Amino acid sequence: MKNEDLQNIINGLGENLEFTTEESEFLNVLVPKEQLHAVCSELKSNPELKFDYAFCITGMDWGKELGVIYHLNSTEFQHEIVVKVKTEDRENPTLDSVHDIWQTAEFHELEIYDFFGIKFNNHPKLRRLFLTPDWEGYPLRKDYVDEANMIIK
Amino acid sequence: MTDQEIKNKIKTEEYFVNMGPQHPAAHGVLRLLLTIDGEIIKNVEPDLGYIHRSIEKMSERDSYQQIVHLTDRMDYLSSNINNEAVCLTVEKALEIEVSDRVKVIRTIISELTRIASHCLWWGVMGMDLGALTTYFYAFRDREMINDIFEETCGARLTMNYNAPGGLMYDIHPNFVKRTKDFIKHFKTKIPEYDRLLTGNIIFQKRTKGVGVLTKEDAISYGATGPVGRGSGFSCDVRKHHIYSAYDRVDFKEALLTEGDTFARYQVRIMELWESISIIEQLIDNIPEGSVKEPTKAVIKLPKGEFYQRVETARGELGVYINSTGTKNPYRVKFRSPGFSNLSVLNHIAKGSKIADLVATMASFDFVIPDIDR
Repeated sequence: MKNEDLQNIINGLGENLEFTTEESEFLNVLVPKEQLHAVCSELKSNPELKFDYAFCITGMDWGKELGVIYHLNSTEFQHEIVVKVKTEDRENPTLDSVHDIWQTAEFHELEIYDFFGIKFNNHPKLRRLFLTPDWEGYPLRKDYVDEANMIIK
Repeated sequence: MTDQEIKNKIKTEEYFVNMGPQHPAAHGVLRLLLTIDGEIIKNVEPDLGYIHRSIEKMSERDSYQQIVHLTDRMDYLSSNINNEAVCLTVEKALEIEVSDRVKVIRTIISELTRIASHCLWWGVMGMDLGALTTYFYAFRDREMINDIFEETCGARLTMNYNAPGGLMYDIHPNFVKRTKDFIKHFKTKIPEYDRLLTGNIIFQKRTKGVGVLTKEDAISYGATGPVGRGSGFSCDVRKHHIYSAYDRVDFKEALLTEGDTFARYQVRIMELWESISIIEQLIDNIPEGSVKEPTKAVIKLPKGEFYQRVETARGELGVYINSTGTKNPYRVKFRSPGFSNLSVLNHIAKGSKIADLVATMASFDFVIPDIDR
């Protein structure tokens, strides 16, 4: 399916969705964080979309906002989109978990929590996956400073 | 009291066992926290980070040429394919079209890497299940590939042979002959592998019907590579998102539907044959051309987001680069096949025995630095 057709269908799934294909090979959809779970479950269950394979889930720090990027693929139709969700709250960033939609998210959300400190509602067990439980801070954030272990140019 | 009443009354308490971080079947430092009832596994909780180096964070301060060298250290058995993934991403962003010669050489080297990786896996799979001989047979053949690599690029494991824009240097004059010799040799060895392990009744009893993964779960958990294809999930990047010279060769995607440990084993054996066929189709017709397109000494990617995926020996490796137009990337994410494949382990190990978990893990072919990054 072409990006325009995808955009027309996805546009009906939620409100205030922003679409762009600039600076990316995929159709990018920015979803307001309140609607993330509802839109994602529609993306998977809608018979014309069937995005059943989340092939890359990336945590992101845009400087001002934190967020997650979901690369989605439909194994049946072979079309692909990118869903982005952002939160401006850097003190206590919280997003909805999508592990019940794509089970691989359970593990990837642990990684994102570990490195970016984004908490996920309804996640079965949020814990430090790579770093030790007493690690302070979230290393992949842009404002993270560790003078002992980081080589700063 | 009857026996049944006693059985109902007496219960073993659930307890925790640490499998790893130094367990031989993990082939690295992977710690699994097992919740066990007798010998039945109730839960598997992986604890990672023993070999975590934060390659993604390091990439943010490195130049694009330097990032290529870091990726060797992720999946060190597919190091050449990892290098290729980053180079392809950079080339895609800069809109560089590499010569046909580079494409063909990259494909041949990638397939040799895949054979070497599957050889090592085959050896340790037998070893994990108690057949130590396989290890020596596999290493004998893998050594020949390492020698070919050593002659061409000076290294046996972390090759660094790819660079953004092409290859570091041309292939060694002996490369074609030695590769052909290896193919001729290896074609007689795969039937030997089959006689030694595939047909072994003990091996079959321990792998058939063990660790079954359905197609729906494979897709949902993002299990790719031989793990996904053993469950019928058609996920070969070489077929679906063609890169390098895979459009000029004729090969089949190894696909089985059983989803058990034996199916994953068979998929890899089938892939060995396919890799041989791919190399045979290309090795006699390596086109002439330049091996390196000129790039600037300081590579700056245009502003934007770039994604490229390749098929490593373990599955789909994705490279996501977010560039703001400077000489360093703003964010790099490696979607490693091992990390996603590991996420499915708890799901399929529940209810099985500890010994079966070892067999299942062997068929997943984990490389821990690939999971930890």
